[in-house]
Amino acid sequence: MRAAVGSAAHGKFTGNLVDVTTGMISREIFVSDEIYKRELEQVFARAWLFIGHESQIPNPGDFFSSRMGEESVLLTRDRQGQIHVFLNTCRHRGMKVCRYDQGNTTIFTCPYHGWGYATDGKLVGVPYFREAYHEKLDRPKWGLVEVAQMENYKGSIWASWDPDAPAFSDYLGGMRVYLDLLLDSRDGREGDAEVLGGIQKWIVPCNWKFAAENFVGDAYHAISHRSVDTVGIAPGGKGRTDDGTTRPKRYAVSFPDLGHGTNTTIQMLENEPYTPIYPNVSELQDYLKREYEERQQRLGNMSRLLGSASTIFPNTSFQPRQPRTLAVWHPHGPTKTEMWRFVFVDREAPEKLKDLVRRYHELSVGPVGMTEQDDMENWVYATSASAGTIARRYPYNYEMGLGGGQPSDFPPGLISDVPSEKNQRGFYGRWAEFMDASGWSDLYPKRVGR
Amino acid sequence: MTPTGSKASLDELLLMREIENFLYREAELLDERRYEEWLDLLSDDVAYWMPMRRNVKYGEWEQENTRPDVDMNWFDEDKGTLALRVRQIRTGVHWAEEPISRVTHVVSNVRLLEATPSLEQAGEVKIACSFIVYRNRQETETDFLVGRRKDTLRRAGDSWQIARREIMLDQNVLLAKTVTVFL
Repeated sequence: MRAAVGSAAHGKFTGNLVDVTTGMISREIFVSDEIYKRELEQVFARAWLFIGHESQIPNPGDFFSSRMGEESVLLTRDRQGQIHVFLNTCRHRGMKVCRYDQGNTTIFTCPYHGWGYATDGKLVGVPYFREAYHEKLDRPKWGLVEVAQMENYKGSIWASWDPDAPAFSDYLGGMRVYLDLLLDSRDGREGDAEVLGGIQKWIVPCNWKFAAENFVGDAYHAISHRSVDTVGIAPGGKGRTDDGTTRPKRYAVSFPDLGHGTNTTIQMLENEPYTPIYPNVSELQDYLKREYEERQQRLGNMSRLLGSASTIFPNTSFQPRQPRTLAVWHPHGPTKTEMWRFVFVDREAPEKLKDLVRRYHELSVGPVGMTEQDDMENWVYATSASAGTIARRYPYNYEMGLGGGQPSDFPPGLISDVPSEKNQRGFYGRWAEFMDASGWSDLYPKRVGR
Repeated sequence: MTPTGSKASLDELLLMREIENFLYREAELLDERRYEEWLDLLSDDVAYWMPMRRNVKYGEWEQENTRPDVDMNWFDEDKGTLALRVRQIRTGVHWAEEPISRVTHVVSNVRLLEATPSLEQAGEVKIACSFIVYRNRQETETDFLVGRRKDTLRRAGDSWQIARREIMLDQNVLLAKTVTVFL
């Protein structure tokens, strides 16, 4: 399958780069400059992207520097308490108006010529406004560029540059219940999570999609983590995590019409008794057991849903329990990704538990984490091997569980037994639709939810 | 007491020499992949901390580094978890370190900040140093990890043990895809 980029096969840009019916995907999509540039326009300038969490900007004037695609954006809370997302660039000559990672301010002053913007984006300061512009500059027109749409979903902030994008809840579709596992409290109450201080940021020479597809449903890469499984870093001392259940069953859950996917663990019984988490910390057992039982009472059958690695199309991934993190794979070119990791904890959790959660994540996730280090190694060398002149003639195999998947009410979504590559095919099928579409009118509404 | 560094006494020179030798010996153990012997240089209650470094407005220095015991840090570890990392490398299937890296620790600018109870009979010292850690692996993968350290060393028999290590890596976005080396 030597797919010429931009060939007219099937009358689409992607041609036969992605064939989800046979499970063949070209290596080109991980290394081509042309494809990458198109992704920035067709995927990242259209989709809903994760920006940050409101716990990072609790007070008026607070800001947090984030990214959308390749570009720097500012998450701010203005003096009235409203949350905004702006492109971090002066409208006059482009300099970044904020070069701090976080902080509190009344004004973002451009260091180049001094244009000043309030935290609501309004242009409020122009040096020599009278003398040089003769008061003719239309200041309301030259505020910071604001995203077309923003959503605060249970404290998580999302944005899109495309005014035609569907509402965030429609974009999320059936994936919502899985995202809730990250954002809701462990006792089942809505929201009330916070992000710990310290966002992991690191550069990895790999294509961003390798990370996204790993989280969307790759339950096959057990050998990647053999070393950490052998050593054991879970709070209970064995394996990677012990935050589960005595009778787990795992499913791959795909939302191919939306591109999202998750591997979820479920409990077999609705009234399954508490399995100790942090079993060696006796002082927390009363709290954790009560939390577990309150969750069962609040959520009933849905309390059986435990979740696992997940991706919300295109580049937001998360794990909802242990680890409990959200990752964003910011593109920096076809073979370079800036990875960000946010760690979540219940706001009301005891300090002792927050401390244990923090230490577990320091040991587990990101470039210093004993689990994830081995993922990066694979993504990096898979990327470089995608670039070879000869290698590029040979597509990647996504045949596992081909044709499988059945609609399910619980766990909700299109489910397959694990491991399967149903989720990855769904992700890349949606990616190809974005790459081929002329706009959101081609992408939505669709058969949403399944 | 706090050495001034202006006119060193013989006791201070001898102590400095001893500390430098200790630090060079430590670097050698790490570079020679003698990780278990390196672990023996850590006190049982060692605190090993490397914060993330933020870009902050001038003067807001309290926000520049993530805080131990509160925020997410690159490292905020004890001897037990450092030993887990050594065991992981020893499995031979820790792909981020398999094949294993070529690593050289360069330690320099060693300064004695404090010696207690005295220079003559120092049982515990606080020292500062700078480091360059060069890491090369596979064919061309190369990282330079550069920064400063503050160590608290405790006398243990004929030698010293590291009781606390603060590592200030001079990077905001980590430029290495992984940190699988000890700093």
